[in-house]
Amino acid sequence: MSIRIMEAAELLSLNKFNIDEEQAHIVLDKEICSRCQDKPCLLVCPAVLYRLDKNGDISFDYAGCLECGTCRVMCINRGIIKWEYPRGTFGINYRYG
Amino acid sequence: MGEESQFDAIVVGAGPAGLACAYLLAKAGKAVLVIERGDAPGAKNVTGGRIYAYALNLLDKDLLDDAAWERKVSHEEIMIIDGNRSITMDYHDPSLTEGDESLQSYTILRAVFDQWLADKAEEMGAMVVCGIRVDDLIQREGRVVGVIAGEDEMYAEIVIAADGVNSLMAQKAGLISDIKKETVGVGVKEVIELPAKTIEERFKLNQNQGSARMILGCTQGIHGGGFLYTNQESISLGCVFMPQEIVQHGKQVHDIFQELKMHPAVYPLIQDGETVEYSAHLVSEAGYRGMPAKLYKEGLLLVGDSAGLVINTGYSIRGMDLALLSGIAAARAILGESDLSQIGPAYLAELEKICLLPTMRLSVGYNQLLDIPRIYSNYPQLAIGVMQRLYKVDGQIPQNLKKQVMEAINESGLTVWQMLKDGLKGVRSI
Ligand SMILES: Cc1cc2nc3c(=O)[nH]c(=O)nc-3n(C[C@H](O)[C@H](O)[C@H](O)COP(=O)(O)OP(=O)(O)OC[C@H]3O[C@@H](n4cnc5c(N)ncnc54)[C@H](O)[C@@H]3O)c2cc1C
Ligand code: SF4
Ligand code: SF4
Repeated sequence: MSIRIMEAAELLSLNKFNIDEEQAHIVLDKEICSRCQDKPCLLVCPAVLYRLDKNGDISFDYAGCLECGTCRVMCINRGIIKWEYPRGTFGINYRYG
Repeated sequence: MGEESQFDAIVVGAGPAGLACAYLLAKAGKAVLVIERGDAPGAKNVTGGRIYAYALNLLDKDLLDDAAWERKVSHEEIMIIDGNRSITMDYHDPSLTEGDESLQSYTILRAVFDQWLADKAEEMGAMVVCGIRVDDLIQREGRVVGVIAGEDEMYAEIVIAADGVNSLMAQKAGLISDIKKETVGVGVKEVIELPAKTIEERFKLNQNQGSARMILGCTQGIHGGGFLYTNQESISLGCVFMPQEIVQHGKQVHDIFQELKMHPAVYPLIQDGETVEYSAHLVSEAGYRGMPAKLYKEGLLLVGDSAGLVINTGYSIRGMDLALLSGIAAARAILGESDLSQIGPAYLAELEKICLLPTMRLSVGYNQLLDIPRIYSNYPQLAIGVMQRLYKVDGQIPQNLKKQVMEAINESGLTVWQMLKDGLKGVRSI
């Protein structure tokens, strides 16, 4: 059965990425995040890149980002201190789109 | 060209809006540079998938001959889901695919389509440079004179911001502030490969013809909806949600979408297929209300999504045709107005002439209608509830129809009064 519920990580592994190892295009301030009550990023990121670690802190990995911008729009407490598109050629490379 | 200007025009973003503008400017002999951050045109872009051909026809009718289509839409479908039940309406009309090409619509995939349109713009003489992210505008005395990308500065008489929904250019120019969360939806999509023959059998299609399906009630009550488009050898299945309501609902975007795939009415359509890509993108949901107050500044025009030009009626979504139209309007304004300071107002006049602004204004009603939260849960439940009763034959004395409908209304949590109010709102708004 090829059509099934898939984890976000598995879905992302189907995509083509050119990851910028030198520069993160999204950066969080962990201090601000720890004070953020709702943490909308946990739910709205289609790639599920925001997770809670065992201490209840936000952990985030910018590799796998689909560059949709949803987290940026929803982060009203501004723990996202940098949100840019990746540098030219880096990031997601849709083959279908 | 001014002394400093290397180009007549710089277009930021190689989506349909930017490419349409570049195509016409280049065709008229202007020196045009298109800068795209993706590795190739389309590499960053996601759409549902249907484009209306009239807009391409307006750009240049020759383009219709070999456009990078997937399938010509022959079936317009609406699917209503409640729980594991569903209703599907399928509107088929031979005239959808016969006669005037420019009145038809096609499914597309953006990595293919955008590359094709970029090639066409290059054939006209435009320069399309990929893999470069524009970081800022160069402004002098309130006038935009060029762009900055990394270490490079490039100058032009006019800059066209065609950088999409998350427009950095419009922000840098001070034409928009941060995106408000009520004004956007987040769209997610899987491209699922299947043999052409299987797609044609499952959707009852002739060769090269396709279906465009909107799915209502699949968002677990969240303002939004699903879509399914048939491509030549794949299916684009996706969903759009208001992110704000996702948070209230307390479930991940990804999870809700995965559940849609497994719905008993959706699964058989994609069964045995293979997911080859997972994508996400914002879509502007506010219609005319969400447009920036000003669509230009001296030396800069906003086109396509950066100007908020999307219309969602609930049964169709139009962004790409409007993007093309605004690109055409921008080019016409630039070509027709020799006084640089008057290009902005000329652009607005062209947007009126090309019927884009009037169409946007009319769309306000649809937005009001789609603001009714009951559309996403109670009404789908009601429609399904009525069907369920109509088709139930169990040998008992059937209840009269009126009673059955009342029962379905009660079950859906609606009241007749509420429905009258919503109905009135509906009639008034569209
Ligand atoms: C899920 C979903 C479904 C949709 N379904 C439909 C549909 O079925 N039919 C329809 O008509 N519309 C649909 N739309 C809307 C439609 O896709 C958009 O309205 C349309 O793509 C807008 O075109 P554009 O050229 O304005 O912007 P875009 O297509 O977004 O192009 C912007 C370009 O600018 C580039 N760019 C951005 N920033 C920079 C920078 N700083 N430097 C260099 N380049 C940059 C991007 O990489 C991109 O190539 C849908 C949208 C979504 C998200
Ligand atoms: S931009 Fe989109 S995919 Fe990337 S981290 Fe934010 S929400 Fe997730
Ligand atoms: S929403 Fe913003 S501030 Fe809150 S946890 Fe997420 S990233 Fe941090």
